[in-house]
Amino acid sequence: MDRTKQISEAIVQLKWDEIAALTNETLEAGIPALEIIDRGLVLGMSAVGIKFRDGEVFLPELLLSAKTMKTALEILLPILSQQGTGFIGRVIIGTVSGDLHDIGKKIVTSMLQGNGFEVMDLGVDVDPERFMEAVRDNDVQILGLSALLTSTMPMMEATIKALEKAGLRQKVKVMVGGASVTQAYADQIGADGYGADAVAAVEKARALISAQSP
Amino acid sequence: MLIVGERINATNKRIAQAIQEKDADFIRKEAMAQAEAGADYIDVNAAPFREKEIEYLEWLFTILQEVSSKPLSIDTPDQKAAAAALKWHKGKAMINSITGEKEILSAFLPLLKEYKCNVVALCQDDSGIPTTLPDKLRVANQIIESLVGEGIELNNIYIDPLVQPISTDFKSALITLDTIEEIMSRHPGVHTICGISNVSFGLPSRRQINRNFTVLALQKGLDAAIIDPCDRELMANIITTNMLLGKDEYCANYLLAYRSGKV
Repeated sequence: MDRTKQISEAIVQLKWDEIAALTNETLEAGIPALEIIDRGLVLGMSAVGIKFRDGEVFLPELLLSAKTMKTALEILLPILSQQGTGFIGRVIIGTVSGDLHDIGKKIVTSMLQGNGFEVMDLGVDVDPERFMEAVRDNDVQILGLSALLTSTMPMMEATIKALEKAGLRQKVKVMVGGASVTQAYADQIGADGYGADAVAAVEKARALISAQSP
Repeated sequence: MLIVGERINATNKRIAQAIQEKDADFIRKEAMAQAEAGADYIDVNAAPFREKEIEYLEWLFTILQEVSSKPLSIDTPDQKAAAAALKWHKGKAMINSITGEKEILSAFLPLLKEYKCNVVALCQDDSGIPTTLPDKLRVANQIIESLVGEGIELNNIYIDPLVQPISTDFKSALITLDTIEEIMSRHPGVHTICGISNVSFGLPSRRQINRNFTVLALQKGLDAAIIDPCDRELMANIITTNMLLGKDEYCANYLLAYRSGKV
């Protein structure tokens, strides 16, 4: 089996205790770090994401696959940064003010990381001001807002307004998601993207980035 | 054991549709099925409708109080919706729910005093949802003390230790079970309640997990649960476990349930 395929299989099969050795062996065999991420980790995480969406893989397994992927990334990222190889893009993510739900955001974060994004997670109950400051102070292309409650969804709109007020709205693409959020709601509040699930969110993030770069 | 039937909840798409279409028959059937299955309270949630919540609650309360004598649990985070619903309610309502957050406590206290209703208090305060046993107990104690200090009867207080999905933290159910035990032993007279199904989020065969968690929680002293009473096996487990725990003199409830085909 080709080596990057072994890496993606290791993620699908949740071999978190073998992934470090496997990653090092693959590097020693001369496979570039970026290729291991692209053809190994990314494919593995997408496969797991699809299985999760289809109900073949369950939440604890998704979290374990993310841990497996992170173990490999910890080896690969320093090599990449030495080589100066760029990622797809940088994302700031957080659950909006008044909302303490974490799981969906964690899943999306893991999936984004597995797919070549660098993600800064601001946590839960993040008010519009903090989102605005994070966008202002960082080189970032996408802001991801999560809300599970219908009662906290208006904070997504408030956050977009805070960006507009600070003159930062053009700096980032805003993506929204969460159990009660819909494409219609995303359009209504002027968001740039919506993902119905983690796989869709990653696809949307990729599309937004490639639309931005010439 | 107090059973709060959870089915009339607008986060469920079929229920939301029935509410929007004012399909009274559908809602009535849901209520009757739960009452028949053994619910002591019928939970009513129209919170996702936001600005229309109060209008829908009024309709729901009117039809539900015609069809059944079971008291209702007002499932809303909104003080205004709770205040309106309490006015329409006959008998002793339950508010589901408040938290230990200062703003929420002070908003709901006048209602709790005026109506002397039951209240579910989530184990959560201004610093968030505690996840360790000492933190959960600290928040629970604070909530109980604030409520009792304001003259709320211990017997009307239902502390929800907030069980987190075991799929994201494999010790979370265990911590919740220990929290129930500690609260029940430290505050005789207070009640504990759990929205059981959260424990199984993210896993397959959720009902299997819910049933086993309920049995374990009963053993720790849990005396109220927000569940689907139409889950016959879950109800049979509750009735049987209560008998085994010495809470069913002469096995009367168990035998009654047996004769009506429930166990």
